[in-house]
Amino acid sequence: MTRRMQWIYAWLLLTPAMIMLFAFTHFPAITTIINSFFSTPRGRRPAKFVGLQNYEELMADPTFWKVLVNNLWYAMATIPASIGISLLMAIWVNDKLKGRSLVRMSFFAPTVLPLIAVANIWLFFYTPGFGLIDQIRMGVFGLPENSWLGQQETVLICMMVVTIWKEAGFFMIFYLAALQAIPPSYKEAADIEGASRWTFFWKITWPLLMPTTLFVSINAVINSFRLVDHIFTMTGGGPDNASSLLLFYIYEVAFKYWQTSYAATLTVVMLALLSIIAIGQFFFMDRRVHYR
Amino acid sequence: MSDLSLSNTVEATRPRQFDFDRALNTFGAWTLAFLWALPLLYAIWTAFHPAAYEANFELFAPLTLENFTKAWSAAPFAQYFLNTTMLVTIILIAQFVLGTLAAYAFARFEFPGSNILFTLVLLQLLVMPDILIVENYKMIRNLGLIDTIVAIGLPYMASGFGIFLLRQTFKTIPRELDEAARVEGAGPLLVLWKVYVPLAIPTYLAYGLVSVSHHWNNFLWPLIITNSVETRPVTVGLSIFAAVDGGVEWSVINAATLMTSGPLLIAFLLFQRQFVQSFMRAGIK
Repeated sequence: MTRRMQWIYAWLLLTPAMIMLFAFTHFPAITTIINSFFSTPRGRRPAKFVGLQNYEELMADPTFWKVLVNNLWYAMATIPASIGISLLMAIWVNDKLKGRSLVRMSFFAPTVLPLIAVANIWLFFYTPGFGLIDQIRMGVFGLPENSWLGQQETVLICMMVVTIWKEAGFFMIFYLAALQAIPPSYKEAADIEGASRWTFFWKITWPLLMPTTLFVSINAVINSFRLVDHIFTMTGGGPDNASSLLLFYIYEVAFKYWQTSYAATLTVVMLALLSIIAIGQFFFMDRRVHYR
Repeated sequence: MSDLSLSNTVEATRPRQFDFDRALNTFGAWTLAFLWALPLLYAIWTAFHPAAYEANFELFAPLTLENFTKAWSAAPFAQYFLNTTMLVTIILIAQFVLGTLAAYAFARFEFPGSNILFTLVLLQLLVMPDILIVENYKMIRNLGLIDTIVAIGLPYMASGFGIFLLRQTFKTIPRELDEAARVEGAGPLLVLWKVYVPLAIPTYLAYGLVSVSHHWNNFLWPLIITNSVETRPVTVGLSIFAAVDGGVEWSVINAATLMTSGPLLIAFLLFQRQFVQSFMRAGIK
């Protein structure tokens, strides 16, 4: 095959996928940015250029700030927690453990369950008085009933727990794959040297898992902005937006109030945040992680 | 002398310490596993018992299937299941075809712009259709496809993750196999079909399972784009069913919850080992 033929062949192979990618990812990402500088078209009135007006509205919108702060807390809590727990799970399941496959199954099961469905179960757990958590609190510790989802102080934490529960098992699989790729001879050598399990973990396992941690943490970042299904069932963003996250707010603005330009502006903020965090992670964590 | 006694005590205590460590780890793993299984166990408990036992855990409570029949008749779940099955099938086929072709180009062809295009593909890992709901809705509306099953699938058909995964797999396949087939006169597409695709089956399996479970569970986009029984997937159907104020009992909601997640859960139980192994073999590290 000549070089020219190679080029044509490659482009032909790529065309279908690239058309779909451009149509539903790159093009909408660009129009999102463009539309954030226009007004929302209504009826006969077409969209007109308004400059930074949407962004000014954004700066003055207390709901936006509240939701943004919520989302940052949500990310800061769920990312490290789910990474830590998933690594612990993987180490346990990788070990010779009694009933290993049952344990693994239980860790992984939340991954295949629809978040919108399990939200119903969690909703019951959190039900004041009647729910499982309150039954244990009241029955065992004699404490009064507590409205977990009805209070601003606890509602976001409740949502975080559901998210961590949902995603840890999925991340465990990646760690498990990485752990099994570590040659057993390293462990043998460390044992001969008399290294403790703790030293072995910090000096050998953890550095070798760095690429996995990078991959998992980027996924966790994305999930912390993407996973909002349970909010629909459990709280609807309330009370007073205390459990609302950025994507949920975008949904409300766009499809409840039909302010699509303002929703586009919010989306721009989310895209910017995602990019900053992802780029930061790449540089912060390990510059030597390359996908060849 | 003192050295000797020290090493003796170390020798003596080491096995016992190790056992303690092991026991602690087993206990920890089991506790966490129980906590993780609790929501599911609870859903199974309520779904198979009468409503009176939803917060009352008696070992010999009577079993019943009534909750399932109630849920099944209260909403058109059969239609929802059909919709979801069609949806995940359409998406999977499209992802496999588009992903295979694109991955092949990236893995084995040299052409101008390959780096830029690959970066654009990887960009989708970050900028997912999931968060571009507003503009994608406009796009689907302009195409006149609002409230169709195809519309739910369209944004996901070209998957950056799938292309990336298949490219990595194709790259591990020795070029000699490729060249041997070409010497025999096979064209690039035939080589792809006869050499690359069969050798990448574990990757297809792993990716297929992830894709099916992801789109079976997807909620926000289908919620936005569908508004009739004929197109709604089970997740949206379930949310509407459970959101009917009051009226519906927990036990019935949980039966419906189990029903919607049932097929995936059973598939996962059956293929658990393959699932985990194919993930590992796919070389996602």
